[in-house]
Amino acid sequence: MGSFQSLPDDHQYRTLSQKTGFSLEQIGILHNRFKQLSQNEDTLRRDDLKTIQDLESNPIRSQIIEAFFDKRNFQKDATGSVQEIGFEEFLTVMSYFRAPAHQITEEQREEIRRAKLRFLFNMHDTDNDGTITLEEYRHVVEELLSRSGALGRETAKGIADAAMLEVASITVGPMAPDEFYEGITFEQFLKILKGVEIETRMHIRFLNMDTTVLCK
Amino acid sequence: MELKVFIVALGLLLGSLVAASSPAASNGKESSHSGVGDHESAGHGNQSRRAFPVLSFDYEHVRLPFEISLWVLLASLMKLGFHLIPRISSIVPESCLLIVVGLLIGGLMKLVGEVPPVLRSDIFFLYLLPPIILDAGYFLPIRPFTENLGTILMFAVVGTLWNSFFIGGLLYGVCQLEGVHLVHVDLLSCLLFGSIISAVDPVAVLAVFEEIHINELLHILVFGESLLNDAVTVVLYHLFEEYSSVGTITITDVFLGIVCFLVVSLGGIVVGAIYGILAAFTSRFTSHTRVIEPLFVFVYSYMAYLSAEVFHLSGIMALIACGAVMRPYVEANISHKSHTTTKYFLKMWSSVSDTLIFIFLGVSTVAGPHQWNWTFVIVTLILCLVARVLGVVGLTFVINKFRIVKLTTKDQFIVAYGGLRGAIAFSLAYLLDITHFPMRNMFLTAIITVIFFTVFVQGMTIRPLVDLLAVKKKQETKRSINEEIHTQFLDHLLTGIEDICGHYGHHHWKDKLNRFNKKYVKKCLIAGERSKEPQLIAFYHKMEMKQAIELVESGGGAKLPSALPSTVSMQNIQPKKPPADRALPQLSKAREEEIRKILRTNLQKTRMRLRSYNRHTLVADPYEDGWNDIIKRKKMIELEKKISQMNNYLTVPAPPPDSPTISRARLASDPQAWGMKTTTESIPTIKVDLASPQSPESVNVVDELSKKEKQQKQSKDKDEEGGLTMKLPERKEKEGDEDPPKCLMRCLSDPGPAPEDEDEDQPFLP
Repeated sequence: MGSFQSLPDDHQYRTLSQKTGFSLEQIGILHNRFKQLSQNEDTLRRDDLKTIQDLESNPIRSQIIEAFFDKRNFQKDATGSVQEIGFEEFLTVMSYFRAPAHQITEEQREEIRRAKLRFLFNMHDTDNDGTITLEEYRHVVEELLSRSGALGRETAKGIADAAMLEVASITVGPMAPDEFYEGITFEQFLKILKGVEIETRMHIRFLNMDTTVLCK
Repeated sequence: MELKVFIVALGLLLGSLVAASSPAASNGKESSHSGVGDHESAGHGNQSRRAFPVLSFDYEHVRLPFEISLWVLLASLMKLGFHLIPRISSIVPESCLLIVVGLLIGGLMKLVGEVPPVLRSDIFFLYLLPPIILDAGYFLPIRPFTENLGTILMFAVVGTLWNSFFIGGLLYGVCQLEGVHLVHVDLLSCLLFGSIISAVDPVAVLAVFEEIHINELLHILVFGESLLNDAVTVVLYHLFEEYSSVGTITITDVFLGIVCFLVVSLGGIVVGAIYGILAAFTSRFTSHTRVIEPLFVFVYSYMAYLSAEVFHLSGIMALIACGAVMRPYVEANISHKSHTTTKYFLKMWSSVSDTLIFIFLGVSTVAGPHQWNWTFVIVTLILCLVARVLGVVGLTFVINKFRIVKLTTKDQFIVAYGGLRGAIAFSLAYLLDITHFPMRNMFLTAIITVIFFTVFVQGMTIRPLVDLLAVKKKQETKRSINEEIHTQFLDHLLTGIEDICGHYGHHHWKDKLNRFNKKYVKKCLIAGERSKEPQLIAFYHKMEMKQAIELVESGGGAKLPSALPSTVSMQNIQPKKPPADRALPQLSKAREEEIRKILRTNLQKTRMRLRSYNRHTLVADPYEDGWNDIIKRKKMIELEKKISQMNNYLTVPAPPPDSPTISRARLASDPQAWGMKTTTESIPTIKVDLASPQSPESVNVVDELSKKEKQQKQSKDKDEEGGLTMKLPERKEKEGDEDPPKCLMRCLSDPGPAPEDEDEDQPFLP
């Protein structure tokens, strides 16, 4: 887990930069933010993230926070979640939201796409069995509509059901009445979200951030 | 064969048009057709008696509307004709053909000795242009527009300024050359000419780009630019026109010009937004007079345009702002029928306008005063092209530094090539006063030449070029519910990440705006419960409605729309519950859910044809009555509790796997009673089979259709405003194991509580 002592030195920044693709300047800014959130400690906990006021009104708040502590997102082939993360993990999760560079090949673009969609998939697949089951998908839709009161809860089921039906019919095709569709696998997830240009949409502009102004 | 008949009809029409527009003919006809009897030409002082005229001819008093109607009819028949000729419409864009037709008609009129009408600027700006712009503004795709707003503004403002000054300046330089005989053209006139000709024309762009189906990004870039450059054009035009008589422009004037630009554009947008909000607010109260709903959309928008024109603000921007602002709220308030009406009226008017504009351009070319000057025209043409290319390339270089999705060379080429000029330039030039601008005719000629060149050459070649360069085309896929869910999810996710980073970015402000909208604005402007509806649910219901309507229109089961998951049903995705787990309480909860589902999926019902309707009241819209049902669901739950007391009649047998009726869950709903007495077998209904334990909450629309079951609906007379009536069809032909469901059905169709218990609500059971 590398955690940084007092002042980070350039060497550590450079290794991070190579690993995640951020520039040194961006890493500096994010490190400042990390220190601000973790109250100058070396590790970040869930409670630290929960103190961010702007997140209060976000319907999928808990899922976002969970994503930071989900081992699948910063280690390959690891499962489970941790209680606290260091700056490196924070940066790794953030790197999923970088924009792809301009001049990249098709394969690199595809790879970036897969990585980002994997992140999304992990957010939905909470029990880590490799598929998004109907229950998990329902939960997703319910969370999205969680701010809409009773009306939202009722139709959430219908919407989730319709969405699953759609996925099943697009990816699997005709099914006999007694076959059972387990859930959405990662490949199917890739397929149904082909129309959404994830690699360019899922990004935030890390370029001009001035986080010191926004103390929360 | 069809074509020959058509051509004959067209010929007759043309003949009558030519004849009608000649004033000399009418007098002659009048005297020859005045019927039996003397015709005292000496005036009416002489009281000699003439025989009562049985048949008289009086053309003068219907002349104007008659001619207008003839022109509109001609334009529409032309449009029809082009699509009857198969090959040409795929090679030549419609606008070119229409200009050619205009040329022919103009030529015809000149032959006959008539003066062909010229496209008068006030007719153009007041009557022909607004429908096209309103159509564009109302259906403007907001998401790509706002995502690319920076780029569009750069092209519109900076690009147009660059074009005007480049063309104007260089033209002046050329005019100063010896041997061109154009020394009298001064700088300001050249700049004025530059500003008129540099604006990309939305009418022409729409006409050409609509046929080539290019990808959304490029379409919105070129089209957005053509709309937003109106403000720049208006300011430059007035600035140069005002001061060209004086001859000089000072720094103060330039500064005032910049201020004027801000006032014109922002003022136009504000005026449009105000009218848009008024329209949205008005539409909140139209639930009892659905018939005039589309009228509000049109009239408020037109008023926005006219109000902006009063102050010389940018009318186009006002119209766009009005349409874009009012649309989400108006669409939530008006009925489905009004929405369709609005859409079709807008498309119809803009189509007719578009056709008329191009035909008149052709006619004006023949009619208009011309002054041909080789140098001027050729230089103008070359400069236009060069300026456009340089402008686009230069601006893209700057813009790409700020964009995530960069514009490639191919994109730049299309944007540059798509800079078509059109009728706006012509009308602006026509407005010039010839006493102040002696070279106006030369300007007109040059402008017409440029318009012809861009529309014909660029318009015709853009389609093969798009294919040649393999530019990405528009994706025709329908928006799926998965994509919608994930788009929303992404929005929230990105906002959350921005908040974690502490960065007030793009997503943060968008989220804030959405929340403001939801909290305050929607409450004011949307009627009833719809104001609280989240976007995802709105999308889902829209989709359900669309599917239901498609089902009906496809003949009730003959051919299913491909969007429906026809091959997978709910039980395939529902985890199988162990059979022991079917305690009665679970079933009643399931039934409760079912009833709620019945109400909610009222939206999926099939539409019966209306027998009759009053001119002033339309039958209550299923969509909005579906909403009333959801509101009234509490009452239903109470009723359900009463029904659940009849539980003891139910048993829940294990369904045989191959039972045709229980093998799928069906949802029964026969909602609105439209006053229909007859039932047809082919109307697909979705029935709930509550005894099926496999999928207690399932919906399967589709499978129902493949089986035409005989049902007899109870017909009931209800008022049109009566709203929801639940009628469950009685099934007659079932086999033995149907008893439990039949019992259930019968229970549900039991009259239950007396209707007078619910005062204003619709009775749940008949």
